[in-house]
Amino acid sequence: MALSTDEVGRFAGLLERGGDTLTAAWTEAVATSLRGRLSHAELHRQLAELQKGFQAALAEGSDLDGDAGAELRAQLNELSSTRARQGFTATETAVSVFALKDAVLAILDQGEGADSTALRDYVAFSGFVDRAGLFTFDSYVRAREELISDQAEQLLELSTPVVKLWEGVVAVPLVGTLDSARAQVVMERLLQTLVDTGSPYAIIDITGVPAVDTQVAQHILKTVVAARLMGADCIISGIRPQIAQTIVALGIEFGDIATKSSLADALRHVLRLTDAKAARRGARRGV
Amino acid sequence: MERVPVLKIGDILLVSIQIDMEDQVALQLQEDLADRIVATGCHGVIIDISALDIVDSFVGRTLATIAAVSRVLDAETVVVGMRPAVAITLVELGLSLPGIRTALNVELGMELLALERDFDLPDDDDEADEAGATVVAAP
Repeated sequence: MALSTDEVGRFAGLLERGGDTLTAAWTEAVATSLRGRLSHAELHRQLAELQKGFQAALAEGSDLDGDAGAELRAQLNELSSTRARQGFTATETAVSVFALKDAVLAILDQGEGADSTALRDYVAFSGFVDRAGLFTFDSYVRAREELISDQAEQLLELSTPVVKLWEGVVAVPLVGTLDSARAQVVMERLLQTLVDTGSPYAIIDITGVPAVDTQVAQHILKTVVAARLMGADCIISGIRPQIAQTIVALGIEFGDIATKSSLADALRHVLRLTDAKAARRGARRGV
Repeated sequence: MERVPVLKIGDILLVSIQIDMEDQVALQLQEDLADRIVATGCHGVIIDISALDIVDSFVGRTLATIAAVSRVLDAETVVVGMRPAVAITLVELGLSLPGIRTALNVELGMELLALERDFDLPDDDDEADEAGATVVAAP
């Protein structure tokens, strides 16, 4: 519901006249709903600024979506993203805006008297605040979603380290469920490490993978084939008895890829291979 | 048309591909390499593709053909320096380049050749005589 120029003017005036009393009443209302998780002074400062924002937006016109409301929108955005990051709920954030209505109603009761104009004005104003509140809600959700996607990315980074185990041997301890996105990250990181370190052997340890289905096996196989294409050999280790049973039951073929039950076995296997190589070279040189 | 240079280092022919592998370039390389193997009597070929961003199915097949031709001429081929992105693309395309030996870099490729065929690395002078003696001349 759009406000007429008249109403807008009256409300801008009201907010200005209300001044500190209004801010105080507003702060009080919000403080109760937040249950003391934000200091009174801090809240007062935030709301005083927001009140100025409302006042400015109303003085220029009643349009929250247009240019006049840009400043107010920025403020609401800021408010909701800080709240979202501080862990307040959506309701607690939206109430910060809606409480303005209660505060204004209190002022109205004291001053102007409850004639029909005041009532109509109040309803119109209430509509404006509602829109502001909904906007806050949207911003809050957006801020939360950003937070979640950031965290998902961090998790991806954290969960796929490639460690150097021995001279020319790197290992990838996989922990957690292996979906396509993670498998891709693991593959890229492993292959890049192979290039960077010039290691001809890689061990993929799946001790921390809770379940192996055909898709996970497919991802692992792809990684092994890609590493082979680049000239490195992969060994799969950390296969638990149950997983071995699943692999056989599903009919997954690892072909000529070496599989070992523990990381230690895999390392021993690799060292034996490198030893054999060195011995052949030594024998040849020694002749 | 651009050509890929073939360098002889000791008993190995080194091919470093620094230009886009168009089909003609790949075919030309295949011919050049066969000629050079016969002319020099080398027993190892190293193809360095570390500068290649894209390896399509044709180039992949050409590499396989080069490896097969070289084997007939008694030379072992190693493809080295494939980039991770290239390897991933090939796997996604289902091309696993069967019959091609690979190594991470030129150095490891030379080591692999030396091990496979009891070749000497080019800087190993002390064994040069023995290698020369055991190696049968290329057809």
